[in-house]
Amino acid sequence: MSDTVISVQKVSKAYRLGQIGGGTLKEDFSRWWAKLLRKPDPFLKIGEEHNARKIGEQFWALDEVSFNVKQGEVLGVIGRNGAGKSTLLKILSQVTMPTSGQIKIKGRIASLLEVGTGFHPELTGRENVFLNGAILGMTKPEIRKKFDEIVAFSEIEEFIDTPVKRYSSGMYVRLAFAVAAHLEPEILICDEVLAVGDVEFQKKCLGKMQDVSRGGRTILFVSHNMAAVTKLCDRCALMKSGRLQLIGPTNEIMQQYLKFGAQGDGIRVWDKFDNDEIRIHTLKILGADGAITGHVDIRRPFTVEIEYAILRPIPGFRLALRFIVSDGTIAFTASDSADSAYETKPSSSGHYVARCVVPGELLNEGFYSLNLSADIPFKKELFVEEGVLGFSVEQTGGVNARFSEKWPGVVCPRLKWQTRSVGDKSLQLQEI
Amino acid sequence: MSENPQMNVPAHSVPADEGWTSVITPHRGWLDWRLRQLWRYRDLITLFVWRDFVSVYKQTILGPLWHIIQPLLTTITFTIMFGRIAKLSTEGVPAFLFYLSGNVMWSYFANNINKTSSTFVGNAALLGKVYFHRLVIPISITLSNLISFAIQLGIFLVFFAIYYFHGANVHFTAWVFCVPLFLLMLAGYGLGGGIIVSALTTRYRDLANLVALGVQLLMFATPVIFPVSAIPEKYRWVLQYNPLTPVIEGFRLGFLGAGHVTLMQLGISFGVMLVVLSIGLMLFTHVEKTFMDTV
Repeated sequence: MSDTVISVQKVSKAYRLGQIGGGTLKEDFSRWWAKLLRKPDPFLKIGEEHNARKIGEQFWALDEVSFNVKQGEVLGVIGRNGAGKSTLLKILSQVTMPTSGQIKIKGRIASLLEVGTGFHPELTGRENVFLNGAILGMTKPEIRKKFDEIVAFSEIEEFIDTPVKRYSSGMYVRLAFAVAAHLEPEILICDEVLAVGDVEFQKKCLGKMQDVSRGGRTILFVSHNMAAVTKLCDRCALMKSGRLQLIGPTNEIMQQYLKFGAQGDGIRVWDKFDNDEIRIHTLKILGADGAITGHVDIRRPFTVEIEYAILRPIPGFRLALRFIVSDGTIAFTASDSADSAYETKPSSSGHYVARCVVPGELLNEGFYSLNLSADIPFKKELFVEEGVLGFSVEQTGGVNARFSEKWPGVVCPRLKWQTRSVGDKSLQLQEI
Repeated sequence: MSENPQMNVPAHSVPADEGWTSVITPHRGWLDWRLRQLWRYRDLITLFVWRDFVSVYKQTILGPLWHIIQPLLTTITFTIMFGRIAKLSTEGVPAFLFYLSGNVMWSYFANNINKTSSTFVGNAALLGKVYFHRLVIPISITLSNLISFAIQLGIFLVFFAIYYFHGANVHFTAWVFCVPLFLLMLAGYGLGGGIIVSALTTRYRDLANLVALGVQLLMFATPVIFPVSAIPEKYRWVLQYNPLTPVIEGFRLGFLGAGHVTLMQLGISFGVMLVVLSIGLMLFTHVEKTFMDTV
């Protein structure tokens, strides 16, 4: 007997771009009326071809994606924004239908596309546990059986009979995740659920997910949190532009992912913001010649430039860049708080460009990925994103270029060596 | 599938056809209503009904009193407007009771159609996140409205008793036993009409505004504020072709002993209701699978 529980077969999904349909009944009616009188379409712009539905303009969010998932497997789905991960999960959880292809599923499937779905602010925590549980597919007796466990997990026992509108956002999320974590489907689909709550709670969620997978259940896990993916998933699927690029053991895929980030063009632009304090607009890597690049010269300095806007004054605001090697090791962290000008750095609202110059002959050749964060130290996290941009450090005749081998090590600095003869005494290395 | 990692995907094997519990395909028949699956969501339906009731109670000062105040105020207005000023006939029934009975029935139908018509657009956030049988929402709305109907029916019976003991010309008839059937029909019409509109509003947003207006106009084509007999022969056909007429008249005949309805009319109306409901279910099924892409 096959132990495959999800079989995705050539699934594609097209979205229509631009204006969808006629919009209003009035427009469709006027269009129909005009057609009847043999007049031109009143809503067609001058010079535009008559293609009322714009059939040509389709966007394939998923393009013939196929893979199988076995029972008890934890499959991570990774890829940049817009790679089609969320669309895939939406189809799997039946929120929308594929345009072609089919998916076969064995067992009950539950999806956690966002925690707290369907919470009603006026209802108490207790009432919302039942409501949310039912929305996620549990029956009343199931919820009743798990109720104490859910409340204990959420750590909000005292407030369980308070309307959730009085909850802090942390409490809200904890309760919501607690409900979701106690679903007992054969297949669980999670999307970014761990991007919530404080670090302690995140750890707890991760632990809970591990328990779930040990219990023989299958999990599909989409996340930008690479550490979580590495920890949780046996296998990973890497998506790019609607296609399944690679699928295989997590560590192999992870390396490919970071590498494949390096094929990027050295610039990352954000167009979605969910923050009303700071907005990161772009992050660029500038080579020694000042041009944007995804490949930097090992010998020469390069600059990471971050363009951002502060929407309201954030005293004590700090930016940090973390350079990650392709095996996940942190090469180093660079923060503007290390600069002597940090104390007097402007933090009032406005647009800023921050530059961090990384000296040449520091990083070893290879692929790197950047994590970007903005926070007020010990107070508040404003922005965190892992794998913001990848880049490669290219061997162009650096320290280790003399022989055609890659030297091990994260950094590859040019250090001073001096060798002198000391007669017949034992050999000594001395740094001057 | 082999144990080896599948690098560079295309080498893809399709597992043998065995024991699949569900298959997601792009196509779904117009008649694939999945009613068995709907039954599995009965707990969710009851929780939604309960949420609607409780949240109204928690949010407003007067709480469930609104269920009483609204029909009473409307009825008083009608009594003054149509009874005292326009002096419309009420077939010998006290005007207040006449209008109240019409109101109670009509508001059940009107609330059903008005509220279910925003199923997709109004719940897009929820429906975009998680799958449950989409009919859960309109059905729970219909059931929630049944609670307010029950409260209003209680009010009606109180006033009926008051009038009855003061010797007014009102009495129950055997038709009163058909009231559950009348309710079922109003629910069917409200739900059917509502889901038709909800399916169409995913494409035509402005239709939602039209519904409230349409329902209001429909009231004047239904014997809610006047009996059929008060309408001149010339225009009576409007009421006779209206499938809601026998339901309202039948209700009045049952509780107040005034009204005209035949089993034949009721049977036809029931048939029309089934047709409306079926069209609604077909459209709903057709739209639900992809509406998230357009809302």
